[in-house]
Amino acid sequence: MRPVLIAALLAAAGLVLGGCGEAEQVVVYKQGKYQGKPDTPPWDNAPLAYGDAKWKKGDKASWEDEVNTRTRSQNEYRRIYNQ
Amino acid sequence: MARMKFLCDAERCIECNGCVTACKNENDVPWGVNRRRVVTVNDGVMGAEKSISVACMHCSDAPCMAVCPVDCFYHTSDGVVLHDKDLCIGCGYCFYACPFGAPQFPQAGAFGMRGKMDKCTFCSGGPEPDRSEAEFKKYGRNRLAEGKLPLCAEMCSTKALLGGDGDVIADIYRERVTRRGKGSEVWGWGTAYGPGKEGAKPATGGGKS
Repeated sequence: MRPVLIAALLAAAGLVLGGCGEAEQVVVYKQGKYQGKPDTPPWDNAPLAYGDAKWKKGDKASWEDEVNTRTRSQNEYRRIYNQ
Repeated sequence: MARMKFLCDAERCIECNGCVTACKNENDVPWGVNRRRVVTVNDGVMGAEKSISVACMHCSDAPCMAVCPVDCFYHTSDGVVLHDKDLCIGCGYCFYACPFGAPQFPQAGAFGMRGKMDKCTFCSGGPEPDRSEAEFKKYGRNRLAEGKLPLCAEMCSTKALLGGDGDVIADIYRERVTRRGKGSEVWGWGTAYGPGKEGAKPATGGGKS
């Protein structure tokens, strides 16, 4: 009887003392990584056959030139007054 | 390297909601979802009423991307924040994290059940084959893959909303503000559009003309 009681007391003491421990409570967040499907960049497409835009398929620089020219056309000072 | 951004000029926006309509039409956005909307402050107060068109700002350090539990967001190489709808679980965390209220959730069923998140894609589709029907159905038109810019900015009648590479639209805006008059009392046409020729004096007296 006594060994069983001692074992039970030791187990209970272990549980009670376990509560006195100081576990890390600050969550460390980790940066996630995209889990979805891969996407293709826009310059990997050929220009539309009926469109005005012209760039070389796969050539990022020519696509950027095309889009930046189009972006500059939003400046009406340049577009209307041609300054 | 291109880094696509939007810029809205509060002096020019006239709250016509043309950008909102263009976005909905171009991307076939369902009812209840507004990828873009116009916010007005000081409504009706002469000289103090300002409107601004707001959508996803395609943040460089996007909070939606940081909080997404299934990591369905990604940055394209031209700086656009996109997401994979096949992964999205419609939890709404991105909506709470976004300072602009950009993520939208369609009502997919009864009892206010949330559908998969939908937001502005800078008219550059998503992770489906470019310019395919699947891409259009899930994300809308891929205008960047057509060498075009977002329609909301391209069709803005007052050119309040600018879209494109951040450096280029910053140049346009810089040129615009240097032509404008100075001082807090100046508002109206002269402030919004400035004189036609560089160096000419801005309109005086304020007021809408």
